[in-house]
Amino acid sequence: MNGLRRDLTTAAIAIVFLTLLLGVAYPLVTTGVAQLAFPGASNGSKVEVDGRVVGSKLIGQDFKGLPRYFQSRPSATEYSGDVTYFNNLGPNSRELSDFFGKQLGAYLKRERPFNPGLSADEVPVDATTTSASGVDPHISVANARIQAHRVAAVRSLPLSDVLDLVDEHTDGRFLALFGEPGVNVLRLNLALDQRGTE
Amino acid sequence: MAQGWAQIVVFLLVLTALVPLVGTYLARVFRGERVFLSPVIGPVERFAYRVMRVRPEEGQDWKAYARSIVVFSLVSWLALYLLLRTQGIQPLNPEGFGSGPWNLSFNTASSFVTNTNWQYYGGETTLSYFVQMVGLTVQNFVSAAVGIAVLAAVIRGFAARSGAALGNFWSDLIRINLYVLLPIAFVAALVLVSQGVIQTLDGSTTFNTLAGGTQTLALGPVASQEAIKELGTNGGGFFNVNSAYPFENANSFTNMVELLLILIVPASLTYTFGRMVGNRRQGWALYAAMMAMFLVAVGVVYAAEQHGSPAQHHAGVLTHAFDGSTGGNMEGKEQRFGIAESSLWTAVTTVTSCGAVNAALDSLTGIGGLVPLANMGTGEVVFGGVGSGLYYMLLFVLLTVFIAGLMVGRTPEFLGKKIESREVKLVLVGVLVTPLLALFATALAVASPDGTQSIYNHGPQGFSESLYAYMSQANNNGSAFAGYTGFVQPNAPGNAGAEAFSFANLLGGLVMILARFLPMIAALAVAGSLAGKRIAPAGAGTFRADSPTFVVLLIGVVAIVAALTFFPAFLLGPVVQGLTDQLF
Repeated sequence: MNGLRRDLTTAAIAIVFLTLLLGVAYPLVTTGVAQLAFPGASNGSKVEVDGRVVGSKLIGQDFKGLPRYFQSRPSATEYSGDVTYFNNLGPNSRELSDFFGKQLGAYLKRERPFNPGLSADEVPVDATTTSASGVDPHISVANARIQAHRVAAVRSLPLSDVLDLVDEHTDGRFLALFGEPGVNVLRLNLALDQRGTE
Repeated sequence: MAQGWAQIVVFLLVLTALVPLVGTYLARVFRGERVFLSPVIGPVERFAYRVMRVRPEEGQDWKAYARSIVVFSLVSWLALYLLLRTQGIQPLNPEGFGSGPWNLSFNTASSFVTNTNWQYYGGETTLSYFVQMVGLTVQNFVSAAVGIAVLAAVIRGFAARSGAALGNFWSDLIRINLYVLLPIAFVAALVLVSQGVIQTLDGSTTFNTLAGGTQTLALGPVASQEAIKELGTNGGGFFNVNSAYPFENANSFTNMVELLLILIVPASLTYTFGRMVGNRRQGWALYAAMMAMFLVAVGVVYAAEQHGSPAQHHAGVLTHAFDGSTGGNMEGKEQRFGIAESSLWTAVTTVTSCGAVNAALDSLTGIGGLVPLANMGTGEVVFGGVGSGLYYMLLFVLLTVFIAGLMVGRTPEFLGKKIESREVKLVLVGVLVTPLLALFATALAVASPDGTQSIYNHGPQGFSESLYAYMSQANNNGSAFAGYTGFVQPNAPGNAGAEAFSFANLLGGLVMILARFLPMIAALAVAGSLAGKRIAPAGAGTFRADSPTFVVLLIGVVAIVAALTFFPAFLLGPVVQGLTDQLF
């Protein structure tokens, strides 16, 4: 009984001590150092145009099918940055299959006029599937190359210029080995807008 | 696939190279020796002993050690439960979230104290920065430290030449937090921030997007929690979509850092074990057994995901890889991680008891989804949770030694100590509690209307969701087929009309507590019983446990126990889905 009482006291003091150290000091010191050393990154890597925030380069947004913009991947959350969830439909879900079919049809309808003969077999998987985060900032390189035809035509730019911009805004693999290359859609669209106003 | 395998192999080589370094450091910490951080941390450590009135050299036998753990965990649980229930009146709550309901708070407190970090709630729509820091981040550290402390005690029992003392829990708790978890987490958090993982106390921010809509970004002190969430194999995300969210896992570099954080402690502890029992080969033998099982897991899930899903094929989507496209089942996966790193992560997070995810597990293919379930079915002994993975594996080692002893007709022994009736009984309790809890809870959940209201998908996937939920909670993993619901927030983040399902929250909470502490106490009891035994020198007739034969035998025992226990349940869910092209 004596040992139990002693354990209770020790445990209570331990929790207070560890809470102050690990729950208060550690996150606050980390915040302080992070804010000083990496002010942009620690606050969400925000992107500004003319002094106004228009997004985060890490968070994808909805380009609403506007033909002058590259379009992000489908999202289960309408690109929400404050209520996140997965689609959660299983691999044999009829609902999910119907969703893929609709996405595929919409993609072909949007891009085929600018990519004559574009077939379902050439549509990359990322264009029909929802991402895990709902705000995937990237699309695949193949996806961007297809969309480049539309964007170039709508903006009356040479295709090669748009493809160059795609290359410029492709985040490669880490050490050329890890991960997959992806085209950052927001940064690419911003670059296109800026080019238009030059 | 060559590119994908290259990533996986290089990653595992880096891990293996770090194992002896970190393993040696951990052994020094367990032994109370001076390490390079001692000049800085020593004074803090001594201050902690003074306020706690602890004498670190005072040894505890297994019963005293276990009692200290139970008392400490109980006090932790109460503290966290109170924090969750009074959130509404606390500071650092920019979104103005209310206090948690009793049933959800019961589940969440049980979840974080048991190192499970199962989440029925969505972090960014439910919890204030104060609770995330002062409540959850603290438990991320200390529940991990408890697991590692138990392993340290168990190793001392295996290595002891006489006596009953397994070390001092309070000293282990403090030293593991101060010398291992805190310094690594601090450095890792800053590395993550440098890449874009956020760390701020500002509230959410809203702006107009390029296409003329609005977007609101939830913010918070994420990196400090992310680092310990991986390092302590906890896995509870700051955001609902966990490490898939760019603010938790910004790019493929942070992805690799986080994967390394998950594996580094559980993998290195095998080396620590070998060193402390004076047989490094034994440590590497355990590492080899774990690595072999891990490679199978990652290989199967990678191949299955690269193949694509029936839902894709029915819709006419081509799932072959071609130039500029990963191909495969990209549903619920991020472009920057692709198929290979999502598969690697899925295997890593379920062989360890981490449970953080960088892809949606509910959307994995049938066979791909079987892998995390099978990983948990082994009882999390393939690397496993920090500390818990190896003490659980040591129970399997004793079981294997016992079975081998029966086959050759000799008294089983391990590291020179005879394994007798008492130890074998305790081993069986330790090994069987978790699967029994998982299966009984699943049966209860799918057979009662209170349980089935949590199910989201139709057909076999609905069963898989239920099975996964209780497998995950029983193994203190915390990953989920996230369709399984225990908390609905119709107006998130306002939280009006939110409702928690009592059945799912209470059953899950109880399962987590029992499945954490019963095997833990069994392992301590085994160690206590072994501590006093004489070490007999190895002779010509000794069956060596550090040989390749033993590694194969050990893998066999782990696989057979898992298969005999779970095969029927797996058949009803993921296997059915893997075998059919039909839609449900």
